[in-house]
Amino acid sequence: MRRSRAFGAVALVALVAVLVFLTLPIVAIFANTSPGHLIDGLDDPVARDALWLSLKTTALALLIIVVIGTPAAYLLATRDFPGRAVVQTLIELPLVLPPAAAGIGLLAALGPNGILGGALDDAGIQLVLQTAGVVVALVFVASPFYLRQAESAFGAVPSSLVEASRTLGVGEVGTFLRVSIPSARPGLLAGAALAWGRALGEFGATLMFAGSFQGITQTVPLAIYDRFSQDFAGALALSAILVCVSFVLLLSVKLVTGRGALGAAAR
Amino acid sequence: MGADCRPGECLALSGPSGAGKSSVLRIVAGLLRPRRGVVSCAAETWLDTETGVNVAPEGRRCGYVFQDYAIFEHLTAWQNVAFGMRGTPRRARRRRAEALLDRFGLLARADARPVTMSGGERQRVAVARALAREPAALLLDEPLSALDARTRASAGRELAGVLRDTRAPTILVTHDFAEAAVLGDRVAVVDEGRVVQVGTAAELAAAPASAFVADFTGAVVLTGVARGRDEGVTIVDLDGGGQVVSTDVAEGPVAASVYPWEIVIEPAEAAATGSARNRLAAEVVSITPVGGRVRLGLAATQPLAAEISEAAVHEMDLRPGARVTATWKATATRLVRA
Repeated sequence: MRRSRAFGAVALVALVAVLVFLTLPIVAIFANTSPGHLIDGLDDPVARDALWLSLKTTALALLIIVVIGTPAAYLLATRDFPGRAVVQTLIELPLVLPPAAAGIGLLAALGPNGILGGALDDAGIQLVLQTAGVVVALVFVASPFYLRQAESAFGAVPSSLVEASRTLGVGEVGTFLRVSIPSARPGLLAGAALAWGRALGEFGATLMFAGSFQGITQTVPLAIYDRFSQDFAGALALSAILVCVSFVLLLSVKLVTGRGALGAAAR
Repeated sequence: MGADCRPGECLALSGPSGAGKSSVLRIVAGLLRPRRGVVSCAAETWLDTETGVNVAPEGRRCGYVFQDYAIFEHLTAWQNVAFGMRGTPRRARRRRAEALLDRFGLLARADARPVTMSGGERQRVAVARALAREPAALLLDEPLSALDARTRASAGRELAGVLRDTRAPTILVTHDFAEAAVLGDRVAVVDEGRVVQVGTAAELAAAPASAFVADFTGAVVLTGVARGRDEGVTIVDLDGGGQVVSTDVAEGPVAASVYPWEIVIEPAEAAATGSARNRLAAEVVSITPVGGRVRLGLAATQPLAAEISEAAVHEMDLRPGARVTATWKATATRLVRA
């Protein structure tokens, strides 16, 4: 009895420590930012450009990830083929890749002197130092979050549901759209939220691959970094805005998908 | 393995778990492709590995009831039933789905979400959905096994009624011989991927082709109406005449079951001796050795089977056509509400 009470106390202390450590920086951002500063921050054209660019590029990146990633994850979850485990590992690789390495890798692959640089140039596509480059960097670092989540969500759909749909006269594509996607919906939304959150905070790969030019490639995290050496208060205000956007994003996904979604995200 | 099923007939595939029963259904529906085989329904060939014909599941018009019912959780009851209906406007689909739900006593639950449905309701939605497309063949995989014991009896009666009304050839898979006997017009006993014997439940019980079939068929089932209690036993008037008694308590329509090895055979003219209170006059129909013992197929007012030793068969000089009396104890008779 006494021992279990002691364990409870230790666990409680651990939880408090975790909570304080994880929330203190966020609390500090808001504690040091007066509401007036927040408004001023939004008034600044540099901050506005960064915020708008962040929303635009992350939304576009998310769209690309979901449209291409959903059928890819479905295939990975429902078909058994030789080398499946290898494919899964390759897809997860960007998760553990240091952002700087990701940026270098993107340059080496898609930069002017990269493997595909010549081909892209011939096609008239410029990525480096362009907004399109930001989107490419975001897709690269954020897509594994969605793919992993989507794959496990599709894998958890009972195969009898798919088979029932087929016996009811609905073909493979119709079954994918009418049964698989709705059944996997909570997991798909959770994955999309994780990917979006990762894209919003993306810093290293974007900086190396696309640079930091106001209105073109300078997303909010880059603007924060750019500013904090001269204007700490301004950097704090921008950080506060990013925290607010991320929080609203997380919360709205939680509300849309009900209680299950974040639990699914944790699994 | 080979089996035929006629229009309006229900063929019950029965056998132990892992015997390959469900695989047969999946092959018929096109969900599983065997290395060699032929599946045809009416004049259509659905699968012929020799000629390379293999119609996709969506082209086979099978009504399939899955063991877990495979209810679409994101759709309401009527939307589940209407899932396979196409082309018709939404209102017409809803009307047709509701008519089917009504037949299963579920009209009031048309807008219910699956999470709020009981096991019995899910089972009925699954059957209604399988019937919604007027299937060319109806396939049921253990349609009652996911239900609790109380729901199973009523769901079984209801399903028997549905199967009687269905004109499509029906294949039902169950590991429970009693269920196969109640729901199937004919029963095919499956073991290790082959059909070991096909016949009516009474034929299988009376003349099993092997010891396996004999063991699998288990108890003999007699149907009747429990009339009341007398001297500590329940008296059951058998359908078709005759009477049995049981120490079990029951009322109304019942199924009385007794194991063949509980039944003792006496010559017809023998006087009643011993404590066995059940005595039915019967005629020997078949004599089948099943691994060291002999199963007698008996024709009483209902088919009956007894298992006795070979020595007893010789002693009484039993042969088909012989008149005997089948006797067993009231304590050996189980009563279940039918």
